[in-house]
Amino acid sequence: MLFNVKKTVAAATASTLLATGAFAGSHALSGDLVIFSDMSNPAPRAVMEGMIDRFGAMHPNLNIDLTVIDRENMKTQILNFTSANAPDLTNWYAANRMIPFVDAGLFEDVSDLWAEDEFVNNLASTKGALTLDGKQWGIPYSYYQWGVYYREDIFNELGLTEPTTWAEEKANCGKIVASGRACYTIGTKYLWTAGGWFDYINLRTNGYDFHVQLANGEIAWTDPRVRQTFANWRELIDMGAFVKNHQTYSWQESLPFIVNGDAAAILIGNFAVAPLREAGLNDGKLDFYQFVSINPDVALAEDAPTDTFHIPSLAKNKENAKEFMRFVVSAENQTLINAGDALGQLPINAQSAVDDDKFLNQGFAMLSTNSPGGVAQFFDRDFPAEMAGMGMEGLQEFMVFPDNLDEILERLESARADIY
Amino acid sequence: MSVTSQHIRAKPLWNQKKLMPWLFLMPGILFFGIYVVFPIFQSFNISFYKWSGLGEPKYIGLKNYVKLFSDRAFEISLWNNLKWLVLYLLAIPTGLAIALFLNQTVTGIRLYKSLFFFPFVISQVVVGLVFTWFYDPTFGLLNTILTSLGFAPVNVLGDPTLVTYGIILAGLWPQTAYCMILYLTGLNTVDADQVEAARLDGAKGLRMLWYIILPQLRPATFIAFVVTVIGALRSFDLVSIMTNGGPFGTSRVLSFYMFEKALSEYGFRMGYGAAIAVVLFAIMMVFIVYFLRTMYKQESEPR
Repeated sequence: MLFNVKKTVAAATASTLLATGAFAGSHALSGDLVIFSDMSNPAPRAVMEGMIDRFGAMHPNLNIDLTVIDRENMKTQILNFTSANAPDLTNWYAANRMIPFVDAGLFEDVSDLWAEDEFVNNLASTKGALTLDGKQWGIPYSYYQWGVYYREDIFNELGLTEPTTWAEEKANCGKIVASGRACYTIGTKYLWTAGGWFDYINLRTNGYDFHVQLANGEIAWTDPRVRQTFANWRELIDMGAFVKNHQTYSWQESLPFIVNGDAAAILIGNFAVAPLREAGLNDGKLDFYQFVSINPDVALAEDAPTDTFHIPSLAKNKENAKEFMRFVVSAENQTLINAGDALGQLPINAQSAVDDDKFLNQGFAMLSTNSPGGVAQFFDRDFPAEMAGMGMEGLQEFMVFPDNLDEILERLESARADIY
Repeated sequence: MSVTSQHIRAKPLWNQKKLMPWLFLMPGILFFGIYVVFPIFQSFNISFYKWSGLGEPKYIGLKNYVKLFSDRAFEISLWNNLKWLVLYLLAIPTGLAIALFLNQTVTGIRLYKSLFFFPFVISQVVVGLVFTWFYDPTFGLLNTILTSLGFAPVNVLGDPTLVTYGIILAGLWPQTAYCMILYLTGLNTVDADQVEAARLDGAKGLRMLWYIILPQLRPATFIAFVVTVIGALRSFDLVSIMTNGGPFGTSRVLSFYMFEKALSEYGFRMGYGAAIAVVLFAIMMVFIVYFLRTMYKQESEPR
């Protein structure tokens, strides 16, 4: 699906949007700016179009051409359009997902932007995710927290409180299982949800640095520390903590279990809040806690996948694109586009305000004050694509047949030798 | 004089006869060449390279193929393709049985025929979804029936030993309908005199079917065999819709594995994907050569 929205922004819209005075310092641009975006769902699409309207109003002589590509189709189309007929800006993902493009010289180095005051002072938290080989290859526009979303009413009914340690987590889970429910719902048909569990248990067992080394292929899958992660995970599996038959369900199909009260919690990203609210779980029934600490010697680190913009090396209007990037990360724009009625995610600029939403507030507090260990992207973004694909398949198998662990780890280890 | 002028006139006519077929075939040949033949050779070529789809391909000779031999996922896909190939052929006898059953004149027979043909008309995606819901371990019809009869529930699509059979069964639904329609048209052409003569000689039941009807249905059987084999080998949509290759890759088939390796989110390995495609092509080639030979023989036979 390709929707072409020709946005020749006329001066007419400019008069209505004079509020964007914060950029008085930047000179007006002219020429073209071609953007390929994968923000194809209704809310993100409105956000993208809104940003272009406001940016266009600041630069009335600039022709902005936006093409919205279906989010899934983008994953294959980006191969074609970055190597020929490149736009000036494109969406993609942070961390190792950038590797193929950076290695092939198809993404522009934007380290100069990251040397500017605004980036140095207010965007430091996501710099690591955009850095490869010591250079930065794009800018973030939004991110969201992961954590445990749970049924507050079920916790109250069973007299449970939010756990902070592994022992408390397991004790809670024991009581939930005894009440005839599963502790966690999960749908692993599309595999990545299992990656979330591995990320958290590994980050809590072995720490952020170890996790990154594993993702970079520097540690063997058969390492005893990796085995420890799986041993911890297995404690939950053996308790019957997860819903049965999760390998048949997508994450959306796994939500009814928590909505109907057959499961008490779910480990997922903040994007699950909207469908859960729609299904009738109001803020009195649904709450959030940070994934518990397992190894007390390890600093807490979180998964917070970051959505990004990049400039293809073959772009024709790179200066215009960089100006748009400055606009995207500005505190004012960040507040606007991440608000609850827009993307409903977290702004990446430290100076921007978080919308007054129960879960966004908790996520913002968690990531800004209680994630000293670092911020990981997510299993399938931190690990190279092929390793991620095979890895998540192994994780799913482990969740169904924990006894196959040795065979799974051997397989992943031989894949590691191949891939890196 | 008249002889020479005739001769002159005849030559362009002869040329025309020889040239015109080619002219008419040209568009077809051109597109077939560009969109089918050329990509086949291109795939052969890519399979000798390591290429992410970006940047410069690196020549690695036969390494992609060597790797296939130790690739567990490839082995699983190959076995699954074999299961598909064998079990999918069940569509032919089932289709024949239904066709024989429906080949009668009662009121409303057209409606019954349409109902049986229906699964072939709807999209494979819909067939996949319907069967996914049917198999659903929590609220699916299958488990509702099983538990009401006192059996233990099964999660067909979540069980690595059952999953491929579950998907093949879903595929058989439309494929049987297809074979049925082929046989129904075939039955229309069965010679009534021969049937009559056989009946006078005392043939009936299975003997009638085997010695009189089936030989006359041979063209229909051949076509049914061709479409079923090809359908089995290119099974992709059902796997993709129903299980996405899972659980943990146990329901993959070659075409799906090729797509995963080359084009999916976790792929980017064009060379390896192309090598899988070449293997699939080689398997198909065995059947294609057989089909073409049979058809060629049939057409050159005097009737």
